[in-house]
Amino acid sequence: MIEFSNLDIIRNLLFATQWTILLSLAAFIGGTSVALALTAMRLTGNSAMNMVVRVYVEIFQGTPLLMQMFICFFGLSILGYEISAWSAAILSLTFFTSAFLVEIWRGCIDTLPKGQWEASRCLGLGFLQTLRHIILPQAIRVATAPTVGFSVQVIKGTALASIIGFVELTKVGTMLNNATFEPFKVFSLVAIIYFLLCYPLSWYSKVLEKKFNVSR
Amino acid sequence: MLYFSDLLPYSDLFFSGLMTTVELTILTTFLGIALGTSCATIKQYGHHLAKRLVTTYVELIRNTPFIVQLFFIFFGLPSIGFKLSPWEASVIALTINLGAYSTEIIRAGLNNIGKGQIEAAKVLGLNFRQMLVHVIFIPAFEKIYPALTSQCVIVMLGSAVISQISVEDLTYAANLVQSRNFRAFESYFVTAFLYLGLSVLLRFAFNLLGKRLFAFREAR
Amino acid sequence: MSLVDLHQVHKYYGDFHVLKGIDLSINAGEVISIIGKSGSGKSTLLRCINGLEAYQKGGIVVDGNEVTSEDVQVRRLALSVGMIFQNFNLFPHKTVGENVMLAPTIVLKKSKAEAEKIARNMLEKVGLAEKFDNYPDTLSGGQQQRVAIARALAMSPKVLLCDEITSALDPELVGEVLKVLETLAEEGITLILVTHEMNFAREVGNRVVFMHQGKVWEEGDPKVLLTNPQTDELKQFLGAVL
Repeated sequence: MIEFSNLDIIRNLLFATQWTILLSLAAFIGGTSVALALTAMRLTGNSAMNMVVRVYVEIFQGTPLLMQMFICFFGLSILGYEISAWSAAILSLTFFTSAFLVEIWRGCIDTLPKGQWEASRCLGLGFLQTLRHIILPQAIRVATAPTVGFSVQVIKGTALASIIGFVELTKVGTMLNNATFEPFKVFSLVAIIYFLLCYPLSWYSKVLEKKFNVSR
Repeated sequence: MLYFSDLLPYSDLFFSGLMTTVELTILTTFLGIALGTSCATIKQYGHHLAKRLVTTYVELIRNTPFIVQLFFIFFGLPSIGFKLSPWEASVIALTINLGAYSTEIIRAGLNNIGKGQIEAAKVLGLNFRQMLVHVIFIPAFEKIYPALTSQCVIVMLGSAVISQISVEDLTYAANLVQSRNFRAFESYFVTAFLYLGLSVLLRFAFNLLGKRLFAFREAR
Repeated sequence: MSLVDLHQVHKYYGDFHVLKGIDLSINAGEVISIIGKSGSGKSTLLRCINGLEAYQKGGIVVDGNEVTSEDVQVRRLALSVGMIFQNFNLFPHKTVGENVMLAPTIVLKKSKAEAEKIARNMLEKVGLAEKFDNYPDTLSGGQQQRVAIARALAMSPKVLLCDEITSALDPELVGEVLKVLETLAEEGITLILVTHEMNFAREVGNRVVFMHQGKVWEEGDPKVLLTNPQTDELKQFLGAVL
């Protein structure tokens, strides 16, 4: 059996942290892209499109992320679509992230006074012009803080990828636990690393929120 | 091709898993909200050292994944002398998790109660506990009820992870079934819909309770 | 001995000296109107009398009890001092009846039936018996303030403090609240009001206290004081409000 020194444990965990970060970034980028598309669908005001978005949100917010991952990973491969743990994780995290972001952003857009749309119409701006010059700049200001805040949920969500065998921080944690039989130490360290990743974002989100509330 | 009928022989397994998840959800929703209410009260009205302690707890939980919390409690704590069954570890982990999130939410509700309400309670002679129970809690919860409901749904869905320490919940059943009949897609798909049903049901239960608790709202 | 006795009361908010040595003594059955500009310290004075605000020097004695601002003290005082606020502060989640019954049941430990009897009596007195089962939000401002009066009366206080209780009301609703106060005054309850209602002070009050810059500037019989002010400050104040 290989002996693991504390330094070895930390080195292994930090190495795995890179994958957690990478997966988080990929999921966040994927999630925001899809959420943007869904938000655009909602803003068209077309009731069918609206319905699609609502069902999407309902499904992905109403089912466990773990189940979405299982379906993407085990389910699809059995149906004949071979898919890696990495892709399955990104795919399911994208669903998860976008479903929450589109709702968060909806809240932000809804807080903008209705008068903004009407005033822009009166000035003769078209739908896209209104969106681009009037609504989006304001909405982005409101949405930044909660979006940064939600990125913390994405990072934490990536921990579930360990269950489908993707080797990231949590997975390496369980592997090290099996090798060292020192669960208290190993999982404490894992928790600390996640905390160091997440806390700055939580903190920054709060700062942004305060700044925004003051400027209002 | 999909073969959902292959799941039928295992419906008992699904049902018992479902019941476990329901039981756990009811228990930890109560415990978690109770914990969150206590911590929020401390954070709003308590001594500043106690406030610090609560803030640390809340930030620690909110900034680490639930699965790591669960593993820490189930694998880590026994190594320093706290032996826990998977069920106990899950109840504790879920309660602590919901407790932390609901602390923040309920605190926002307490913050929303006007100073006038508190003074009115004082000049009528209510002590602190009576004031909380009779004057503050109900209107405070009314304000944040939707956010609290969503959080409880999120924690319920998050409970799928406890299958990893072999609590025989709904997800555990899904894993077991697909390992026997090799119908992974069908098994997980059906399970996902059962969870969706639970989300809807939990929201419905909250709404029903809300209608009773906040009857005064209808009068407006 | 007087019911409420203030002796050289000083109060500071940080560096700001709000009350600069207030002496005031009020006998049972008196109706005292405290008038003055905003910032003169009149509301603060009222809130010191029932311990909602702490004071730093001097002494306040109510019904033989020294007032400090410990929470326990506020609770004990609640048995002899009632208070009504500018913004009513009814509990929105409780019906009118429940609002009035709350303190008698949980503070005075009266039975539910007994508390309900008291509540119905008090609501009768303020003319709102039929609103027993309504929620406060469905009532007008004047009605809500009358419920607040009933709620305070249900604790059978010896003194009732009224902190600008008609200021948040629409003008046409002021009368109904003042009429209730007048009835109470006739029944002999001790009233201390911070108010802008000069007519009420003149017709119903026994004494007017004019506060200026944290001091009792002038006090005396309302009919004399309000028609024949001695100081320039009171003249100016009356000129502005009348």
